[in-house]
Amino acid sequence: MGRIIIQRTVGAGITLLVLSGLTFALLALMPGDPVDLLAGSDPRLTSDDIARLKALYGVDKPFWERWISWLGRLAEGEFGYSRMFGAPVADVLPEALLRTLSLAIAALAISTVLGIAGGALAALKPGSIFDCGTNFLAFAGVAAPSFWLALMGMALFSITLGWLPASALPADPDAGIFECARHLILPIAVLAALETAAILRHARAAVGEALTQAHVQTARSKGLSDFRIIWRHVLPNAMTPLVTVLALDLGALASGAVVVEVMFGYPGMGKLLYDAILGADYNLAMAVLLLGAGAILMANAAADVAYAALDPRIGFGKAVT
Amino acid sequence: MTALALNLAETPTRRAWTRFRRNRGAMLGTCLLAALALSAIFAGAITASLGLDAEAVDLARRYAPVSAEHPLGGDELGRDVLARLLQGGQVSLSVGLAAAVAAAGIGATIGLLAGFQGGLTDSILMRITDGMLALPVLPLLILLAAVDPTKLGMSAGSGGAASVVRIVLIVALVGWPGAARLTRAAALSARAQDYVRAARAVGVHPFRIALRHVAPAAAGPVIVAATLAMGQVILFESILSFLGLGIQPPLASWGAMLAHAQDTIWERPMLTIWPGVAIFLTVIAVNFVGDGLRDALNPLAVENR
Repeated sequence: MGRIIIQRTVGAGITLLVLSGLTFALLALMPGDPVDLLAGSDPRLTSDDIARLKALYGVDKPFWERWISWLGRLAEGEFGYSRMFGAPVADVLPEALLRTLSLAIAALAISTVLGIAGGALAALKPGSIFDCGTNFLAFAGVAAPSFWLALMGMALFSITLGWLPASALPADPDAGIFECARHLILPIAVLAALETAAILRHARAAVGEALTQAHVQTARSKGLSDFRIIWRHVLPNAMTPLVTVLALDLGALASGAVVVEVMFGYPGMGKLLYDAILGADYNLAMAVLLLGAGAILMANAAADVAYAALDPRIGFGKAVT
Repeated sequence: MTALALNLAETPTRRAWTRFRRNRGAMLGTCLLAALALSAIFAGAITASLGLDAEAVDLARRYAPVSAEHPLGGDELGRDVLARLLQGGQVSLSVGLAAAVAAAGIGATIGLLAGFQGGLTDSILMRITDGMLALPVLPLLILLAAVDPTKLGMSAGSGGAASVVRIVLIVALVGWPGAARLTRAAALSARAQDYVRAARAVGVHPFRIALRHVAPAAAGPVIVAATLAMGQVILFESILSFLGLGIQPPLASWGAMLAHAQDTIWERPMLTIWPGVAIFLTVIAVNFVGDGLRDALNPLAVENR
């Protein structure tokens, strides 16, 4: 048990390291560096000044040298300074992280409940209208572009019906908690709809698989209610594979969160990342990317460990391969 | 069904086709896709025959209502929405097709290498593949789209055509892991087959074994993967174009049309509908075809599913 946790953590760490190098290389390939941008906004800077500034900030060095020094600073717990916000990255991140977490957790909670309940009901009555309907919805949710779903939500609920605001934050910064929550309904709903579609398919498959087992037939022949069979005898078995799939879907959820945050103007990690990449705020972009990737890799590793721990048929040795 | 299994004269291709034809979703998807492809191929002819022009700006026709001459009305510059939709389809579908082929090519090469070589090569390649599958692709897409090609020693290139080539490369670089997974699995099972072991025993060069004996066995999965990848890369293209990082004007793509539609959503929410419907129908059709192909090409697939 201890060994697999260590192995997974080390694996995730190596992946993160490689990823940070790759990201650094890509950022170095972007047009202009921070000093170029500074020069563009300040006509008084001469080319000598620019060269001096570049040397001062080290942006004239090759990317791998900068990467190594960035890693060194990271090791000291230093994320660097955000150009866009004019503040240390460490000061900008917590609020954005909190915002994204509340968005993602709300969406994930809704879609897990809806997806598993829908998938279980569909699996109970294969071939029924409900089964076909949820199956189509799941298919449709995977094929619908996330940003279009958001656009349709805005067009319908904000513009045509006028029920919900089209931005994720109230214009008035002192708005009460209910007003804030009302602004979040649409973004959460869009994100939840996308995630529900993914979970529906997996839940349908997992529950369908678990239903074929002998102990379920026994329970059924004892005359237990459908609800009790699902709750007590099927879901515990179906949850094991589901947890892994849910963890694998976190990447898609994060992509969806970026889209939703950008479209609804919600200053969470996704919007921060988008603005940071397009605004050449390298320190911020690196921090957000690695934090997000790290969280997802850790969740995946945790799901693997949980999977191995929950399913006695899976030996730890096997799960490592 | 039994007659099918007993009919030894039937080739695998024929059997796969019979199975595919029975799959209603797959056939529906094929018809839909064929219609979309035809409308994209003949987009110019269709627009011309209707007396429309995808790039003609006419401010007098801004937000023109639906009419006989303009079946879907006009957009924010008075361009005909139907003509833009057809031209956008041309761009979106050809980008999707080219990027899917490229992505499947990259994926198949990596999968074949991993499955055939095994060992350390396999571990490293599959770690990368799994990482790509687990991590969010959108930030990577945005990063790649923001890269300045001149810093890679490529000519900058501007205008519509360059943005098309760029976007094909970008989405292909992100869309390959699915194909790699499927190809690797097929290569692994082919490698254990007796005919491959026989070829190895005879002393055939490994490269030749990989190409002549393992690759054909993986052809089915690669075709399936390419189809499923096409749905994905069309979504990738649409989202990048929507964020303003993909197809550049005056060229239209469905994603780019939606970006403009978002700017004017308060005035004309209706403009957000059609390009999205087009993307949605294309991706769902491609996915249906892909799933149908997967069931049809799998020799172990259960009949009548």
